[in-house]
Amino acid sequence: MCNKTIDIGVCAREYNEKLSALKKRIIICAGTGCVANGSLVFRDALIKELEKNNLNINTNLEKEDVRKDSHYVSESGCQGFCQMGPLVRIEPDGILYTKVKAADAAEIVEKTILKGEVVERLLYQSPIDGKHYLGDHDIPFYKRQHRIVLANCTIEPASISEYIARRGYEGAKKAWTAMQPEEVCKLLEDSGLRGRGGGGFPTGRKWRLTLASKNDVKYIICNGDEGDPGAFMDRSVMEGNPHSVLEGMMVAARAVEACEGYVYVRAEYPLAVERVRAAIHDAERVGILGEDIFGTGKPFKIHVMEGAGAFVCGEETALIASIEGKRGMPMPKPPFPAQHGLWGKPTVINNVETLATVPYIMREGAAKFRELGTPNSPGTKTFALTGHVANTGLIEVPFGTTLNEIVNEIGGGVTDADGHISPDNFKSVQIGGPSGGCLTKEMLTLPLDFDSLRGVGAMVGSGGLVVMNQQTCMPAVAKFFMGFTQNESCGKCVPCREGTKQMLALLKDITNGDATEETLALLEETAKAVRLASLCGLGKTAPNPVLSTLRHFREEYLEHVLHKRCPAGQCAALAMPEILPDKCKGCSLCAKKCPVGAITGELKKPFKIDGSKCIKCGACKAACKFGAVTGI
Amino acid sequence: MDKAKVAAEMADRMKGAEEVLKANNYDKTRLVPILQGVQEKYRWLSQDLLSYVARAVGLPPARVYGVATFYAHFTLKPKGKHIIKLCDGTACHVKGSTKLLDAIRNKLGIKEGEDTSRDGLFTVDTVSCLGACGLAPVLVVDTEVHGQVKPDQVEAILNAVLEKDKNVTK
Repeated sequence: MCNKTIDIGVCAREYNEKLSALKKRIIICAGTGCVANGSLVFRDALIKELEKNNLNINTNLEKEDVRKDSHYVSESGCQGFCQMGPLVRIEPDGILYTKVKAADAAEIVEKTILKGEVVERLLYQSPIDGKHYLGDHDIPFYKRQHRIVLANCTIEPASISEYIARRGYEGAKKAWTAMQPEEVCKLLEDSGLRGRGGGGFPTGRKWRLTLASKNDVKYIICNGDEGDPGAFMDRSVMEGNPHSVLEGMMVAARAVEACEGYVYVRAEYPLAVERVRAAIHDAERVGILGEDIFGTGKPFKIHVMEGAGAFVCGEETALIASIEGKRGMPMPKPPFPAQHGLWGKPTVINNVETLATVPYIMREGAAKFRELGTPNSPGTKTFALTGHVANTGLIEVPFGTTLNEIVNEIGGGVTDADGHISPDNFKSVQIGGPSGGCLTKEMLTLPLDFDSLRGVGAMVGSGGLVVMNQQTCMPAVAKFFMGFTQNESCGKCVPCREGTKQMLALLKDITNGDATEETLALLEETAKAVRLASLCGLGKTAPNPVLSTLRHFREEYLEHVLHKRCPAGQCAALAMPEILPDKCKGCSLCAKKCPVGAITGELKKPFKIDGSKCIKCGACKAACKFGAVTGI
Repeated sequence: MDKAKVAAEMADRMKGAEEVLKANNYDKTRLVPILQGVQEKYRWLSQDLLSYVARAVGLPPARVYGVATFYAHFTLKPKGKHIIKLCDGTACHVKGSTKLLDAIRNKLGIKEGEDTSRDGLFTVDTVSCLGACGLAPVLVVDTEVHGQVKPDQVEAILNAVLEKDKNVTK
């Protein structure tokens, strides 16, 4: 509906008029999680059901006129509460239905759409007090959050008009038509925005450095190569609100006087690639992107580049090499990309979430942004809350929020292996993925920000937050991350290539029971050397999981090396089978099956296993009909 | 053998690669998208294809081989008909993805160090994170995402894929 000479004010008004003419709007979450649980099947069922009741519907407000008394069935990107998906919202009633199935469509239409009643069984029910909650204004998971980047996560991602109607592209227009590049840099510096990709470098300063590099050609790169295992906020933003990323890039382009941009997206995120491509196409169609930005006569174009699966490409210089068609290996800095970046030109590289925060700052101003967060880390941060916690999903909180609020209030508490809440089961939170560290129970009251986390040997990283319960073995967690970084090390510099390999070998020794106390000292020494001597961020931060677990969970390492015991019972090599005397009937079957003769006993009396002979093959456990063999 | 015949056969085999190269203007800076496009058509990158791409864009074959081996997305071995991607990200890992992998390997009879079943029907890849951590543990068969999978559900999921194949061939 917006045409070539777009006036975003008119476009917003027209769209809002359409929305106000609707009776109800049903928003179905079409994020990866909800789709996997069948949200699109529900959508089809719902449309069928609405038609059966002779109700008028709209499914695409971008193209269609509103029909009389119409109901609008729209999709959205990830709404964050993945655990409870598929999620269905009914507006303007403010109802959020959870775990909705196609079979529920008839009841939703009959009760909620036709009569305005609430279907209680589909509401979110708290596992703590059993109470039902109507929508995100009262569900604790949402209520405790403060959403800026994710604020528009319920809009139709494929509709540029809806983004504009939510005051989208206002900031870009202001930057291009009413501000000088210098002023845009100043505004960002005043806001104190720091890069959300891991390092926390001030965005305004990065832009100013690039502005200062004189060159006719400069580039903006949006880093969407979200490779940290356990983090998916960038994917959700690109899928759910792709225009906010494009707008952020446009503001950056104005600030540094760039004329071309690249969005580098992981190939593992096909939907994000598709949505960003479509958003660029729409923005070009309405004349927001292209040859003449907001009538200034200046061009800005954005291309999409699909990554090919290399974690190290999250590193700026490696990402540039990858766009240039080379092996994605990092280069020593300086020169920084601000001086010598893509094709040798000055280049700004910002992470997806950073760029998606920019429109808010442009619209609301630096002071408003600084009201949130802590003095050194203003604003909000999205975290991917996963692991052993009742409510998993995507959350956004101001910096300075404590872990306790995140895990116990938003997350709803720690769970055991079966998913039941068990408050005393908390062991650790791993924050920042393979570059981050593990926090302990004592740090639950720590206000999270860039500096406080660095102080305890962790880092914000990309914002993965994995909660772990007592049944998690910390040396095994360190081994898991080291396996990942060792695999992803590009091999260019020796400390990272060899160091991660050696650290992994030492960690394997520890979890296999082949280590001594000296192993721990050697591991620590190696970790410190790798941290000091590696070329890029990947290597420099690779030892973090090891160092932080050694620091906070040393007892557990010592148990492994001194007593060859895994307190969490996760390390198979250290498992020691045991026969429970009260369950053993003395049938001797296990003893007959044991290939090394480690089991002895008298018939009809409990048998015993000789640990020195046992090879932990598990034959006894498989043979026992009474479940008397444990620990293997 | 007749040289002309060999050349014709070669040209025929490279038709798909040629299309991709053309769409990318034979631009060597677009090597990654070119290899992605070629792999999509041929399912894997053979030595023939890599050499052909190298010559077409004017790069030494070693450079192209270097890029193809660097990125996890590229495969230099033929893959099975169906690709199972098992997520082994942090969230999936702590929720038991290793046990899922064992269950899949057991069911398909894939030994340690191999990734494709004998009958060529399935390839199992572990990936570092699919970004669906809320659904951990996750596995994706071709394009279908399965969340919160338990090892005893693996058999049913794989059987459903085979069942679908049967219906298609009917």
